[in-house]
Amino acid sequence: MKVQVHVSLKPGVLDPQGRAIHHALEGLGFSGVEDVRAGRLIELEVDDSVTDEALDQMCRTLLANMVIENYRIERIAQ
Amino acid sequence: MSFRSAVVTFPGSNCDRDLAVALETISGTPALRVWHGDGELPDGLDFIALPGGFSYGDYLRSGAMAARSPVMRAVVEAAGRGVPVLGVCNGFQILTESGLLPGALMRNASQHFICRTVPLRVENNQSLFTAGYEAGETVHLPVAHHDGNYFADPATLDRLEGEGRVAFRYAEPVNGSVRGIAGVLNETGNVLGMMPHPERAIDRAHGGTDGRALFESAIKGLVGA
Repeated sequence: MKVQVHVSLKPGVLDPQGRAIHHALEGLGFSGVEDVRAGRLIELEVDDSVTDEALDQMCRTLLANMVIENYRIERIAQ
Repeated sequence: MSFRSAVVTFPGSNCDRDLAVALETISGTPALRVWHGDGELPDGLDFIALPGGFSYGDYLRSGAMAARSPVMRAVVEAAGRGVPVLGVCNGFQILTESGLLPGALMRNASQHFICRTVPLRVENNQSLFTAGYEAGETVHLPVAHHDGNYFADPATLDRLEGEGRVAFRYAEPVNGSVRGIAGVLNETGNVLGMMPHPERAIDRAHGGTDGRALFESAIKGLVGA
């Protein structure tokens, strides 16, 4: 089974990368973009024995830095 | 006097030799070298140093992979017993990722890699590492980093400030660090993480020697002189 982990910066944490992307979009002439936040998508291929609790633990231990990031786990049906 | 120190090398470390040279130059005893995959540290260490560089290619987040390497379990355990640990640059990132220090080091606000000598204010000269400086003194040390933008939530910052755990602060804007924080101590004062490189400022030929006092005071504090 495929699992997607979406890691994003917590609200309020300054995102210089997102700001640079925003600036670049404006430079390219795209208007109406009010804010950009950049994150990370991590895809795991796991077997059926991997529980939600285990996935949660993986995120808290390594995949996200809980000081600055939030995460969302999504199991993708195949 | 015998001073037993170790420098940890991770794949991608590049300041490990500089740290070892600084420790040997100032203590007169060669630093032991430890590899990231070592599950144990040498016995009886007085001092552990985590070097700058780009451990594991900065994969995932700077310092994230190194913080979970076998040797770090031993470093965390040693720090818990009170062994002094100094993390410089990537070493600081590893210390925050491992939970030995609070906060996180994010991409510089400017997005640029910053490589220059910066002025720092010594905020706390009561620690093992900073006793050789005057409180409020301005020193100059080189920085060379992409991810040096220190972040912690306001409650954590207030606690750090209240407990005198901000060791160094940038004396001018450098990388967007919250409250200008350049180096922080752990609760018990035996772990220091800092982005500037004291080991690159121990010889006149480096353009400055403001880093010497850090090693001198730590070594003197540990073994007497």
